[in-house]
Amino acid sequence: MSLEPQELENLKSKIGREPTSTELQIVAAEWSEHCSYKSSKKHLKMLPMTGPLVISEKGYDSGVLDVGNGFVITAHIESHNHPSAVEPYGGAATGVGGVIRDILSAGTRPIAIFNGLRFGDIEKDLQARWLFKNSVTGIADYGNCLGIPTIGGEVEFDECYSNYALVDVAAIGFGKKENLIKNHAKVGDLVVLMGGSTGRDGIGGSQFASDSLESEDRSAVQIPDPFIEKLIIEAILEARNQNLINALKDLGGGGLSCAVSETADTMGIGIKMDVDKVHTRELGMHPDEIMISESQERMLIITNKQKLEKLKKICKKFHVACSVIGQVTSGNLMQVKKGKKTFANISTDIVANARLLDRPSKKPTYLKTIQKEKKFKPILNHSKTMMKLLSSPNIASKLWVYSQYDHEVGIRTVVKPGQDASVLRLDNGKFLSAKIDGNPKHCYINPREGAIGCFEEACRNVVCTGAKPIGMLDHLQFGNPQDPEIFWTFLESLKGLADFAKYFKIPCIGGKVSFYNETPKGPIKPTPIIGILGLNDKKPLVPKKINNDDCLVIIGKTKNELGGSEYYEYIHKFVGGNCPVVDFEESKRNMTVILDIIKKGLIKSAHDCSKGGIGIATSELCMTNQIGCKISLEKVPGEKLNVDRILYSESHSRYLLVLEKKNLVELEIILKKNQVSFKTIGKFGGKKIQFCKGKKSIIDLSVDKAYQVWINSLKELIVHG
Amino acid sequence: MKVGVVVFPGSNCDRDMFHVLTDVFNLNAQYFWHEKGLPKNIDAIVLPGGFSYGDRLRAGIIAAHSPIIKDVQKMAKKGIPILGVCNGFQILVESGLLPGVLLKNNSLNFMCEWTNLIVENNKTPFTNQFQLNQKIPIPIANGEGRYFVDGATLKKLKKNNQIVFRYDKIVNGSSDRIAGVCNEDGNVVGMMPHPERAVESEINPIDNKPSSLIFESMLDAMGAKN
Repeated sequence: MSLEPQELENLKSKIGREPTSTELQIVAAEWSEHCSYKSSKKHLKMLPMTGPLVISEKGYDSGVLDVGNGFVITAHIESHNHPSAVEPYGGAATGVGGVIRDILSAGTRPIAIFNGLRFGDIEKDLQARWLFKNSVTGIADYGNCLGIPTIGGEVEFDECYSNYALVDVAAIGFGKKENLIKNHAKVGDLVVLMGGSTGRDGIGGSQFASDSLESEDRSAVQIPDPFIEKLIIEAILEARNQNLINALKDLGGGGLSCAVSETADTMGIGIKMDVDKVHTRELGMHPDEIMISESQERMLIITNKQKLEKLKKICKKFHVACSVIGQVTSGNLMQVKKGKKTFANISTDIVANARLLDRPSKKPTYLKTIQKEKKFKPILNHSKTMMKLLSSPNIASKLWVYSQYDHEVGIRTVVKPGQDASVLRLDNGKFLSAKIDGNPKHCYINPREGAIGCFEEACRNVVCTGAKPIGMLDHLQFGNPQDPEIFWTFLESLKGLADFAKYFKIPCIGGKVSFYNETPKGPIKPTPIIGILGLNDKKPLVPKKINNDDCLVIIGKTKNELGGSEYYEYIHKFVGGNCPVVDFEESKRNMTVILDIIKKGLIKSAHDCSKGGIGIATSELCMTNQIGCKISLEKVPGEKLNVDRILYSESHSRYLLVLEKKNLVELEIILKKNQVSFKTIGKFGGKKIQFCKGKKSIIDLSVDKAYQVWINSLKELIVHG
Repeated sequence: MKVGVVVFPGSNCDRDMFHVLTDVFNLNAQYFWHEKGLPKNIDAIVLPGGFSYGDRLRAGIIAAHSPIIKDVQKMAKKGIPILGVCNGFQILVESGLLPGVLLKNNSLNFMCEWTNLIVENNKTPFTNQFQLNQKIPIPIANGEGRYFVDGATLKKLKKNNQIVFRYDKIVNGSSDRIAGVCNEDGNVVGMMPHPERAVESEINPIDNKPSSLIFESMLDAMGAKN
């Protein structure tokens, strides 16, 4: 893989000569879609990126938020889709490693990992099952070894990911504001490469990720070593505490090429380096290979002569290799030498700044008809349908996944995985809530509204713990951007996200764009993933046990919005219909009132109503609390709808609240005052999940029977399927 | 009163343990890097959890050959209370201070979940504040946590009262549901579950008092000795 012909011409005219082979490799890596964002960069500016809590520093790979009392959190999201689709264990594991080093680059300690996993239909597709199982093990083995808790995420299955995998990893860091590494460098400073040795694994990984996955290029997949990563984390933090690091950069996509050119470009310096000084895994590596190898667990440090001895001592303590590979020069040249011979001598401004593109876009034709509704035969046995939905891999409990992740290490995890959002305690007495959400089924039917829905759903989850959303991470995953129809879906999603972010004043603190997610059957559905961070100054709402006679209240309107719902797709095998649409005003009103109610201590728990609608959300409350509930569907506020629509519509901005009867009057006063749509729709007690409409029983299930299906079906599929 | 927290390359519960010892139980705790020796005036030693040497070869085996283990062995002979948690337990087993081995869980997966322990021996420096058969809600997080001993050794363990904790039900296939054991003298205790993750009510969803008794027992044992 190399540059496009017009890019090569562009390069030649910029440097005024033929590039050397090393220069070509360096530029091809850095100008790849993966590293340069050449298709998306112009458009990403529409997202708001500033706010009162946002700290921006040059050269950071992660976003930074001020959480008060002299502390900051950092956050970042990445994907490792192409590698995971070829080699799921190594691909997923190194995905974790990469994002952790981005957090470390700012000088903060990583304190949590999240992941979003997407595969084909695991009920039918054995390869999808293999990809799923090995991705989970890869993440578990890497994160567990590092001692960083994996505290949340999501797993989804859809035929559009057949023969492919989406592995998204987000991470959060925490530290003192004064310890943030403020990247700076002086002429004569030393450039040090620390960590694992450079080998032939991961050669050309970023270009591999910037094209459709046609051949299984296994050499482009990196090899994980979490033990070295753990040593690097401790060594870097110790060096940071001793103020030995002037500038720091992770080696990720594009390897040394990108790390060196981007560091030099953002700081306005030149760097002269010698590939002979790089510690390698094997003999006889060509300078080109050394420059673009994506071997893992490496960090680039800029330090000076006085600090070097102390830095070496720390590396010796942890048995981590560190080599001085070059030095900072004046000007802006990136010079790569091997001994005395020069292999590249090129301006970093050229390397680090690919020509940005203005790709054409066109509304896809399928969207003209996709929102048409379809009539189905009436459901005769709603209890049976509900049991089937509870066993759907998209709805069944993900216990099998998160029980393999150490989610307790670090002793911060207040609200554990399996709830709406996870909550961590911070050293300043505050609490951080976080959640990632995606919904490709909605996004396929309506790219704009679907993306907004993901954003709102992640906010709802965080709000359910009593935290106010303070920052957003986005990860935009699409097919080939050269296809105008795909590019249109990308732009629509982005516009939707930007509108929502501006309306709610939630800054985007970091993100990633991943194109060329193509399977043998075509592009994936548009898959934006949204991560939300929320801050709580006081104690978070930790769900309390539900008892007999507790009340169930719903907030928000239920609309005729089953397009892309699990009910349509899993039960009726129908892709299409009305995509749920977020009403910004209603959304804000509901979020504000939920935070107020939680602050007043009126409720035992708040649960987001999303995939599977009221039917599934209520059942989840019953199953996790081992208690029955009788729900009157005719009381549900919103449009007049058939029972299956009330049960399974996936309308946004809805919350289920559980409270003691004695608090009901006070709650109702607040809700009325705030002009929120709400109704008390159920009462807990007994051992049965019962949905009724008037006097007619619609669903009647034993809590225990439902629980067994919901908790076991995913595990059964993997272990015995 | 000084407690040593031994740190190996790859230990990852050392900071959690340190926090609990110092901030929750007001002890004077100090980290000791595995290449250094231990001072003579130490009153108790804790080997925290993690993945020493990335669990290469098998969990705990490389760390068991670290220089500091010689000092730990000397302290063990002197009767100083020593607690190994998770990887710390695996290291104590591999260094011969405790009997048995730790194998892969019978699910073959890493398991992170809350379990219940039953106190089987309340005479050790880490259990002297418990009633016999008292229940402790506590989390496990391990891949190689299945304690295994042969029949003859199991008999010996029972006879010498060396079984300190059992799970209240089958969790990972451990011999006789064993979760923690001690040496013949009773001063060296190893356990797979993580008491440091269970002593603060903020992060313990069930009850933090029973786990706290493990550290209160240690305080009592150290006090009695001086």
